[in-house]
Amino acid sequence: MKDQFVVPARLKKTSFVLMGVGLLTLLIGLVAFRGEHSTRFWAGLLQNSSFFLLITLASTFFIAATTLAHGGWQIAFRRVPEAISMAVPVLAAILFVVVMILVFGGRDDIYHWVNPHHVAEDKILTWKSAFLNKGFFTIATIITLGLWVFFTVRLRKMSIEEDGWDLRPETGRKLLWRNTVVCGGFLVVFTLSVGSTTPWIWLMSIDAHWFSTMYSWYTFASTWVSGLALISLFVVYLKKHGYLTFVTEEHLHDLGKFMFAFSIFWTYLWFSQYMLIWYANMPEETEYFQPRVWGQWRPIFFLNLLINFITPLLFLMKRDTKRNYTAVVFIAIVIIFGHWLDFWQMVSPGTVKDLVFPWFEFGLGLGFVGLIIFLVANQLTKAALVPKNHPYLKESIVHHT
Amino acid sequence: MAVKKFVVGLFDDEAVLFPAVKKVRTAGYKLHDVYTPFPVHGLDHAMGLRETSLHTAGFIYGITGTTTALSFMSWIFNVDWPLNIGGKPHFPLPAFIPITFELTVLFAAVGMVYTFCYLCQLMPFVKKHIFHPRQTDDKFVMVIEVTEKTNAEEVKSFLAAAGAQDINEQKAEAGWWFGRWDKDDEPYLRKIQTTNA
Repeated sequence: MKDQFVVPARLKKTSFVLMGVGLLTLLIGLVAFRGEHSTRFWAGLLQNSSFFLLITLASTFFIAATTLAHGGWQIAFRRVPEAISMAVPVLAAILFVVVMILVFGGRDDIYHWVNPHHVAEDKILTWKSAFLNKGFFTIATIITLGLWVFFTVRLRKMSIEEDGWDLRPETGRKLLWRNTVVCGGFLVVFTLSVGSTTPWIWLMSIDAHWFSTMYSWYTFASTWVSGLALISLFVVYLKKHGYLTFVTEEHLHDLGKFMFAFSIFWTYLWFSQYMLIWYANMPEETEYFQPRVWGQWRPIFFLNLLINFITPLLFLMKRDTKRNYTAVVFIAIVIIFGHWLDFWQMVSPGTVKDLVFPWFEFGLGLGFVGLIIFLVANQLTKAALVPKNHPYLKESIVHHT
Repeated sequence: MAVKKFVVGLFDDEAVLFPAVKKVRTAGYKLHDVYTPFPVHGLDHAMGLRETSLHTAGFIYGITGTTTALSFMSWIFNVDWPLNIGGKPHFPLPAFIPITFELTVLFAAVGMVYTFCYLCQLMPFVKKHIFHPRQTDDKFVMVIEVTEKTNAEEVKSFLAAAGAQDINEQKAEAGWWFGRWDKDDEPYLRKIQTTNA
């Protein structure tokens, strides 16, 4: 049984090439988007750093949710989401640098509420300034990022430490209990951050006059389903290279069901956010949808629905596709790309305004993908791929849907 | 349906039942059904049952619901009784979506429940023969159909060798039927012929 991952030279090369593409795009962007065009440079960075941070954080959420639900099926590949979640500290640092430059770098094209003159002249912004101000933004960002990194690293450390424990029932109970406590703590933080404040301050405040109570859940659904797709991609990759002996198509089937269900969940939130605003037809609320549904962004808005709802719905409906490695890889890539596109149409219409071919954003995205591959592959080598002392390991091995 | 001849065997344990089911299939006997007190994982594969088509039926019912809702609402608001509601267009698609969704779910769910009942031959007032009083209790009951190619005595000794108890031969209606158990079928009153070999 191959239990110790060794990074294949090809994967390493791929990750370096992708990171090189990202870096090159960044440099080209730095030259191409100067002066008044620099909005696009920062919008692209904000979109990519927040998207990729949140989809890796979805792995921590996966561990926390399955642990609290006393799930046993995921133990055979639990080290995969653990390794993905270890990309959170690096991506959090990147995002922190980006948003701090946006808030304190003397520019108001992304977040126009940072300009005190705008706020003074604007009744709505004045009223919102108790919440939307530099101090609150910074403190909330530092606290959430700090807590995410703390819980993610703690879960990973605990899991590796447990490899040195034994298989006695008391040890198993202790293991479950302390995992439950940490995961419970994380979920409280996660709900209050990704489920509430974080998407408001990072992304929704681009359109500072507009608000939607659905927005955070919408962002969560988007990143959670892409996070599941990311986990599936790594699981299939390891399986295809002879690792993860205990993972069968039964586990893949469950991951496929998750992707299917949460694609529908995303659509539910997509539609709920739209319909209430469409029905009420109030100018301050429809302002967000004006450029997206009736303006230049109309094709992207509906392409979004096609890629993220219709495709997974019809493709993953059949049992055979959820159990097929190639099919799952295909749909996982489609889902990640689709939700990346979703983030693009969340950030760009309010900042860049005009619809242009997103070569810059996409190049940066490839760089982030390379970075994630590099970090995760590195982390996978740091521990055995099967947590051999977990009390639910047997349940995962005999898992049958 | 038809009245057929069956050989019935009672099993105590899943672990005995599983190899017996596999042996029945390799021996070539016609397995009528296996009744268990709880769902047994993998028994359907061991019995050689094909994958159910219930999900395909569900998809078709769902699509029917979607079409019904969309076409009916469009007909009402555009043709039969056009009303101006809050200045919305006569074909307000977003407003239709919740109802379309509900009707899709309703059609799929109700349709699948009835199809499931039909496939399992379950319906109020409809009865099926009970091969052994404890088949609805805590025992595993295996029923083998006696065809013209099968020798009943041979099946009995085969079942006994596989670990079954209370082996007996019965003539019974194979499908579902309207009626009353106390008049038409008397599993509780009938004295079961046990031929423990």
